[in-house]
Amino acid sequence: MKVVLQNLTKKFPNRNKGVRSDVIAVNNFDMEIPDGKLVSLLGPSGCGKSTALNLLSGLLKPSSGKIFFGEDDVTDLPAENRGVGLVFQNYALYPHLTVRQNIMFPLENLKGAAKLTKAQMQEKALEAAKLVQIHELMDRKPNELSGGQQQRVAITRALVKMPRLLLLDEPLSNLDARLRLQTREELRRIQNETGITTIFVTHDQEEAMSISDMIIVMKEGVIQQTGRPQDVYDSPVNLFVAKFLGTPPINVFAGEVKDGSLYIGQDKVCTVKGAANKPVWVGIRPEGFELDENGTLSCSLVGVEVMGRDITVISNNAASESGAIRAIISAENRVDTSAPVVRFNVKSNKIFLFDKETEARLDCEIG
Amino acid sequence: MDKNNWKAWLYLLPAVLFLGVFMVYPLVDVFVYSFEEGYNSASQTFFGVGGYNYSYILHDPYFLQAVKNTFILVIITVPVSTGLALLISVALNSIKPLRNLYQTVYFLPYVTNTLAVGLVFMILFKKTAYSDGLINLLINWFGGESVDFIDGPYWAKMFVLCFYTVWVVMPFKILILTGALASVNQDYYNAAKVDGTSRGRIFTRITLPMISPTIFYLVITGFIGAFKAYSDAVALFGTDLNAAGMNTIVGYVYDMLYGNSDGYPSYASAAAIVLFAIVLTITCINLLISKKHVHY
Ligand SMILES: Nc1ncnc2c1ncn2[C@@H]1O[C@H](COP(=O)(O)OP(=O)(O)OP(=O)(O)O)[C@@H](O)[C@H]1O
Ligand SMILES: [Mg+2]
Repeated sequence: MKVVLQNLTKKFPNRNKGVRSDVIAVNNFDMEIPDGKLVSLLGPSGCGKSTALNLLSGLLKPSSGKIFFGEDDVTDLPAENRGVGLVFQNYALYPHLTVRQNIMFPLENLKGAAKLTKAQMQEKALEAAKLVQIHELMDRKPNELSGGQQQRVAITRALVKMPRLLLLDEPLSNLDARLRLQTREELRRIQNETGITTIFVTHDQEEAMSISDMIIVMKEGVIQQTGRPQDVYDSPVNLFVAKFLGTPPINVFAGEVKDGSLYIGQDKVCTVKGAANKPVWVGIRPEGFELDENGTLSCSLVGVEVMGRDITVISNNAASESGAIRAIISAENRVDTSAPVVRFNVKSNKIFLFDKETEARLDCEIG
Repeated sequence: MDKNNWKAWLYLLPAVLFLGVFMVYPLVDVFVYSFEEGYNSASQTFFGVGGYNYSYILHDPYFLQAVKNTFILVIITVPVSTGLALLISVALNSIKPLRNLYQTVYFLPYVTNTLAVGLVFMILFKKTAYSDGLINLLINWFGGESVDFIDGPYWAKMFVLCFYTVWVVMPFKILILTGALASVNQDYYNAAKVDGTSRGRIFTRITLPMISPTIFYLVITGFIGAFKAYSDAVALFGTDLNAAGMNTIVGYVYDMLYGNSDGYPSYASAAAIVLFAIVLTITCINLLISKKHVHY
């Protein structure tokens, strides 16, 4: 089932003394989430991700705008009747019920034609538990489970009624690094197997990039960019998106376009077609550098980190806005660590120019 | 290990001493008294040791009446007050703006003196030669017959006593329950809502289990409190409770200690031990039941 948002806005009254304006947690969302896809809602803390999710689940009422599930307008439908599954950040498993009872809870609520017998419920619960591989823990209480197991129970509880839409609010944030990795792949697998349209909230860009079919990057309640993770990464619409995606983060320089060339400091880095003469922000991805004795960009060398396959060259440049420059290059390169200066060539598809004021991406051809 | 134990006991010593002197010793003493026959408090002598004191009180119609009264009081007021308090707390919890005001109003009886409140109740319910009292006016209004709730039939007096007891114990229960309700994590309710749970089912499947430890605490303390009722009855019916037929077990103990002719401490002790046994039994039963039904 696809989900369509039309001018969806949520305002909260501002409780700060003297401030009159409302907090706009979700600002004019206008988009379509395709059927059967895993979509990540990505943004820094406090940008309105949970609010957006709660609007979809029906726990919050929008200030304005509409929500459609498929062709149905569900804007005024209460949470009870929306048929979505929601996994909370802290799981919210009922502590007094066993895993089995927790999973069966949504099934027991079914009414009318959908009503199930006890045996059918047991069977469905077990089936769902097997999908998530917790069927051996069915008679435990939530406090007898590890964080990862609890998380899987929470997912099972949300999945068991086969919701039209599955919403997950930072479900991995309580897990350790290893378990996070494991569970996110699990999540991907479960989503593939069930084909349920899934929206996954996270502030971890790596997580979002690795498992989603589509990401929605937002900032302060406003959608910045939507698209396939790789497309967004390769072609960010503004400086915020460029900075938000990628580890290590993109290197940002203060530069200037002059007569068809891009200058960083005194270095003429590359040619630019279709941009007016003016100062710009220059973003260069860490993997966008190539070592070259005659390279166009010279930086003072700080050090080298060798990490097996890659090495990271750390250097400084007076024009850098993001501190030390991290350049990731293949380990086959040899770097003379005693040299005071390194020179790079820059790959044209890894360099982006942004307007100095609006920080929007400049549409130009880089050679 | 041994050394640590020794130290632990040393630290505990003050507490143990106080508990011993002021709690254990009196309890043992009462127990001993209750088996001393013909004890004379002036000469501090007794004739012999045996179960006569128990046999006496168990054949004393006043004691039997007191036991009956106490049990009726307990059986009626504990469930009624806990149930009502739960109802009111849930209602309070769902109307946020006025919650604090209501909480204050409901808490007033708790900070008001029992005897003063009892007096007010008496005036409300009493029927004298000059006036029928407010409650009887109401009853007349609805076409009923006046009843003397204070000096009249047994059921009327019992009704007032129960009504009064419930009224006095409710505020504490409401306070505790609203606190417990407010501390249930909102996410559980949200999760249940998203899963399409009806309000009734949310209450029975989530709210009740979540606050079950609190309810259980209120039931146990309620039982114990009701078994120890005395001042409530005095406030309503005066000090001669035996004559009014409204005595309670604690009232009987008190009368035996300080009543006519220097009192009968042995009978009082026997009655106190009987009360102790009853409360202990009921509390154990409560604990056993709670093991099954209280979560966590
Ligand atoms: N009930 C509320 N009343 C007022 N303001 C609120 C309320 N809920 C959220 N906000 C505000 O709305 C904004 C978005 O909050 P939200 O919880 O959606 O952020 P988030 O993106 O989920 O952040 P995080 O990653 O930290 O969970 C925040 O500025 C927050 O202060
Ligand atoms: Mg959040």
